[in-house]
Amino acid sequence: MMSLGPYAFFIVASYALVAAVVLVLIVWIAVDHRRVRTRLHALEQAGVARRSGRGATDKT
Amino acid sequence: MTLTELANPTRFLSLATRLLPWLAVATAVLLAIGLYQSALAPDDYQQGATVKIMFIHVPNAWLAMFVWGVMSVASLGTLVWRHPLADVAAKTAAPIGAAFTFLALVTGSLWGRPMWGTYWEWDARLTSVLILFLMYLGLIALWRAVEDPSRAARAAAVLTLVGAINIPIIKFSVDWWNTLHQPASVIRMGGSTLDKSFLTPLLVMAVAFSLLFITLHLAAMRNEILRRRLRTLQMLQASRPAALP
Repeated sequence: MMSLGPYAFFIVASYALVAAVVLVLIVWIAVDHRRVRTRLHALEQAGVARRSGRGATDKT
Repeated sequence: MTLTELANPTRFLSLATRLLPWLAVATAVLLAIGLYQSALAPDDYQQGATVKIMFIHVPNAWLAMFVWGVMSVASLGTLVWRHPLADVAAKTAAPIGAAFTFLALVTGSLWGRPMWGTYWEWDARLTSVLILFLMYLGLIALWRAVEDPSRAARAAAVLTLVGAINIPIIKFSVDWWNTLHQPASVIRMGGSTLDKSFLTPLLVMAVAFSLLFITLHLAAMRNEILRRRLRTLQMLQASRPAALP
């Protein structure tokens, strides 16, 4: 078992905070992606199309 | 693929979608290796186990400055070349850069309390990084305040380039002023002063966090491109004549 000595609180708090903020960033970007795609699909289903005629989420 | 071809948002979406899974896996593997090496690193003879905080504090501090550098290059792309993806890159990098800067400030503070006896000191390094954090928040607020993306992009690009003056101030603050923060020990003339047992996990973590930034940035840029298409379609829908009853 790794010993962190008398300053364990400061070390554990630092790593926990970094993990939490990185997790929030990942979840925020993933949720944003899903939300935008859902709204784009809804508009396309409603018959609103780009001038090029391609789907808004097309990658080719 | 040339830069000109990459300027096409559709091509960029295709490339980002293909790269993202590989980047995510590479980030996760490197983070796992870095964390393992950090856990095994010996205690420092002065700092004790708190040296482990350096393995996350330093990469976040480097990225706080690097991301502003990326935004500055993107701002040039917006103002000079009017690159279609430039303001997308700058806008989406800001929240990620703000997060790295916040983490650098707080982990530094958590290291400072046991080592310096204080969470905060108004010395040149700490204060200039706090200013960087406030500038990130200001830019995010500016992008949210101006509805027209192209107007917001030009204003934000000017602000970003003016703010870039803070980056060398942060970097050299420990040389120009008498600060509580220690001088550079990794990137310095004459090479690193760190022992290999600390330098290796630090560099692995630095590469891992850099890959994390690239992954998050590509994903956020993809979202922003899709959001702009959504905005265009919504405007198109609003401009359609309403169907008669």
